[in-house]
Amino acid sequence: MESRNGNLVEVRNVHKVYFRDRIEVPVLQGIDLTIREGEFVALMGPSGSGKSTLLNLIAGIDSPTKGEVRVAGESLGRLKPSRLAAWRARHIGFIFQLYNLIPVLTAYQNVELPLLLTRLTAKDRKKRVHFALDLVGLTGRAKHFPRQLSGGEEQRVAIARAIVADPTLLVADEPTGDLDAKNAADILLLLQRLNRELQKTILMVTHDPHAAERAQKTLHLDKGVLQP
Amino acid sequence: MKYFRLVLANLMRAKRRTFLTVFSIAVALFLFCTLRTVITSFEASLRASQATRLVVRHAASLVFPLPLAYRERLAQVPGVTGVTYGNWFGGFYQDPKNQFAQFAMDVPTMFDLFPETVAPPDQVQAFRAERTACIIGRALAKKYGWKIGDQIPIVGTIYPGEWRFNVRGIYEGKTRDVDENTLFFHWDFLNESLPEGRRNYVGIYWLRIRSPDLAAPVSQRVDAIFENSPQPTKTETEKAFQAGFISMIGNVQLLLTIIGSAIVFAIMLVTINTMMMAARERTTEIAVLKTLGFSDGLILRLVAGEALVVSLLGGLLGCGLAALVFHETDFTAAGFFPNFRVLPATILTGLALAAVMGILSGLGPAISAAQLKIASALRKVA
Repeated sequence: MESRNGNLVEVRNVHKVYFRDRIEVPVLQGIDLTIREGEFVALMGPSGSGKSTLLNLIAGIDSPTKGEVRVAGESLGRLKPSRLAAWRARHIGFIFQLYNLIPVLTAYQNVELPLLLTRLTAKDRKKRVHFALDLVGLTGRAKHFPRQLSGGEEQRVAIARAIVADPTLLVADEPTGDLDAKNAADILLLLQRLNRELQKTILMVTHDPHAAERAQKTLHLDKGVLQP
Repeated sequence: MKYFRLVLANLMRAKRRTFLTVFSIAVALFLFCTLRTVITSFEASLRASQATRLVVRHAASLVFPLPLAYRERLAQVPGVTGVTYGNWFGGFYQDPKNQFAQFAMDVPTMFDLFPETVAPPDQVQAFRAERTACIIGRALAKKYGWKIGDQIPIVGTIYPGEWRFNVRGIYEGKTRDVDENTLFFHWDFLNESLPEGRRNYVGIYWLRIRSPDLAAPVSQRVDAIFENSPQPTKTETEKAFQAGFISMIGNVQLLLTIIGSAIVFAIMLVTINTMMMAARERTTEIAVLKTLGFSDGLILRLVAGEALVVSLLGGLLGCGLAALVFHETDFTAAGFFPNFRVLPATILTGLALAAVMGILSGLGPAISAAQLKIASALRKVA
């Protein structure tokens, strides 16, 4: 395994600053964080506390102003954009709050997207997609387009897309933020199963304490600083 | 290939927009092929010209004829191995819009001087034997449904009255560049039908020379012979004659090239705008694809691929339509473009132009998409 000492994610003294109209806005201030393999971690905090920014840094879709983010043994700041994209494809499964499925593709095609980046044959891709859809309980919806699915179903397709390539780390940005209580509970249960049964490491951003209860560990972020 | 489905799915997202873009490119490429074919049809007449054939006409203008008596003196010029002559008839069939070329030719010598015009020997023989006979090109026969034995009434404009010719032969060109839209009939028949004062005058003489190298000296010699006569001559190669004929309507090639380029350029700007709009609308989706691990290069190829597919579809439609329409309608622009055929080279040029349009129109949006910052793009939506 690429991680050191069982640590999958290591964030060291990370700062992130945005500029709005030339005004410096510090979002993260000296974050230190470790996530071990197989953990299910919830990251909580009020709006604007920097939760999503930290998640983006760990997922390799943004870069810190200062500090080091090491995931699966790779220091992300050292990777060139093309290698970083390949690294994301291999290691990260991203679940968005608004699902972000491609509307012109069916559920099957959406789930297949990450596999297009692999060397798998069409037959192997098909097998994997059906496995992922089966895991989220949507085998019968494979040919449906996102507009033909409910919010909960869309999020389950998004989860299938996130896990289909068997990534090292699942990151979820408010995965239940746009769902009703019933669907939210289903999604959280699904994430729990992925963690317990498939030993997936999960980092979930949420502002919902009920959602955070499903995780094994909860971290609190406020004004860009992790609370003890 | 596995990404092609993604390209197609994106194009089908806004069907109306894609259709209109494809259609506008198709119209531009149709016009391009049409204008280009005007040029190639001019060029075809130049290609069909023989290097060993000279044209002798009145020095002042084609309008003025030359005496028939010149024939013997032309035949005696050193280097000349054959002489034929003819008059432009300038008539129409039934309706003034049914115009095509008609020539009154010296039948005994014309096939000798124009070996690229071929007809079965028995038909040539029948044409020679009958003074009111005519021989017509294969394309002309096809266009009007004429066959051997038909009588064709032609209304003369230069030579007034209705003239009736019996079809005794149908000729073909040895190459595709040879005009097959002309009617040839007996110069003698025309000459005898004219009033006394207009008889024994010839519009053009064609000379066959022994070698292309003799074109310049023979031309100078001929013009020198008649320099001080009441009807001085202008002698030039057939190619120069055709080029001069074309230049009578100005620098057509330049004009058509400018018009064609302007149309294609205007449509390209429209396509660039459309593709940029299409890519901008998908900012989030592009960010999502990048999050999944699609590299900048792959995103660039996908977006550029969409523009390329749209342009090539438009190109295929426009060029294909031009080839089909002008083939099926046998268009000749009232006989002005007897060889109006969309050549394979024109179609290939059109498709290459479509590809260039696709690449240029897709480049901007593709680069923007490739350079998109994921976090910023996702933040704008959230």
